[in-house]
This record gives sequence, structure tokens and C-alpha cells, in this order.
Amino acid sequence: MTRWIHCREFVEFLDDYLAGRLAPEQVEEFNNHLSGCPHCVTYMKTYQEAVALGKGSVERTDEPVPGAVPEELVQAILAARSKK
Amino acid sequence: LAPRFEADEASLVTAVRAGDAAACEFLVRHYGPRLLSVARRFLRNQEDAQDALQDAFLSAFKCIGGFEGSARLSTWLHRIVVNASLMKLRSRRNDSEEPIEDLLPRFFEDGHHLRSPAEWQEDAETLLEREEIRIFVRRCIDRLPESYRTVLLLRDIEDLDTAETARLLAIEEGAVKTRLHRARQALRGLLEPRLRRSAR
Repeated sequence: MTRWIHCREFVEFLDDYLAGRLAPEQVEEFNNHLSGCPHCVTYMKTYQEAVALGKGSVERTDEPVPGAVPEELVQAILAARSKK
Repeated sequence: LAPRFEADEASLVTAVRAGDAAACEFLVRHYGPRLLSVARRFLRNQEDAQDALQDAFLSAFKCIGGFEGSARLSTWLHRIVVNASLMKLRSRRNDSEEPIEDLLPRFFEDGHHLRSPAEWQEDAETLLEREEIRIFVRRCIDRLPESYRTVLLLRDIEDLDTAETARLLAIEEGAVKTRLHRARQALRGLLEPRLRRSAR
């Protein structure tokens, strides 16, 4: 008979579950929990969305890139190179 | 000179190796802005990021002889500035682990969620089309305690694996896994109040 896990345990090992690092019997426990817990279904979905948002928000950066290095810094780098 | 260097990475590398001043200046001006934004991601203030950028370029000038050309020059410089940023972080890291518990989900004693997790307005791909959301998410990443934020940046943004992240930060692989999971949970918690469906 499969052991019933609680939301706390589900959340604590969620990354292992998503990364496929759990043993088959644990995966079954997690699947059973998900089938009966809409809260953890929502938590897992929004956890994955948070990871995707983190990655996407940095990749699609809006910071002005051209000309963002101050002229004094360019000169300081070049001067330090000449001294070496 | 600049158009030639822009079109021909190999000739730029050769000229920088030879100590050509114009080539070195082109390298700084052409790659500097993007590298500065990478350093800024790791170091939360502009002054530290500028220091890291300077350290990175000086390392690059020194080590350009070892650049093999198997990776793109931009990728090679990117790795150098990430390393320089981590060195800068390490130089002022204090030993006390910052608390993250306040940002993690809470549970009743019986193990159930204390607050029901909310559905979000839209999926990540749709949310990312909005500039104000992208800015908001980056600010939330900046709010994570440093030791967790750094692991999140290396694993989820830089796409390094657990072993490489552990090596760069001089911590155990288990600590990388724990910090990454907590950082993601904390980020989720910071995003939820604004992104939950009822908050539209």
C-alpha cells in the first residue's frame, strides 16, 4: 500500500520530483498526492512558472546595453592594461 | 579598424594577443556593455559591478593567449566576468547565512498548506511579453538573500550544472541543491501577490 505524504513533504522534495531524482515508489506517492491535492497541483505549476519567469526576465533584458560603460571606466581599464 | 574586428573575431584575438592598443580598446567598447550587465546581475551595486568588469578585462588581456577559439569570444568573456563577479562577492561574503525562512511556504502542524497557493493570471510565456512584469521579476530576484540568489543565477540563468556551481562557490553539491530549491520557492512567494489571478 502506498504511503500518504503531506503537502509539506511534497513541497520539500518537489525539485527532486521534477528532476526525476526520486525512486519509483516515491514517484508513486507523489503522483497519488497530486491526484488528491489541488493546492499542490497549483503550487507545482506556479513553482515551474516562477523558474521560467526568472530565466525569461533576465534573458529578455531591457537594460540599455549600448554605451552603458562609462567613459572613465573604459579609460581606467585601458590604462591599467598599459601598466601591466 | 572596428568593422574589421567586428567581422573577424580571429583577427581581433590575434591583435589583442599582440598587444595592439586599438584592438584592446575595441574589445572593451564592444563587449563591455553586455558584460557590465552580467556583473550587475550578480553584484547589486554599480560600483562593484564596474570593479568586476575591470578585473575581468585585465584577466582577459592576461589570458588571451590561452583562448583556443573552440568557444565564441563573447562566451569566453562572459565566463570570465561571471568568475570576476563571484570573486568580488566572495571577498565581502560574511559567514552568516542570511535567513530565507520568511519567504518560504508555511504549513500547519498536520502538514497542509497554511495559505492555499493561488493560480496565476497567465502562463510565464504570456506574462514575459509585458515589460513591467520582466522588470518586476528581476527586482524579485534582487530581493533574494545573496547566497540563494547567486545559486539561482548560476543554475537557472547561467545554466551551469550542480557540480560546476558547487565548484565555483566552493560549497557542497547538496548545498547547491538545497539553496536552489529554496531560492525558487522564495522567488515564487515574492511573485505571487502580484501575479495571482485575483490581483489582476
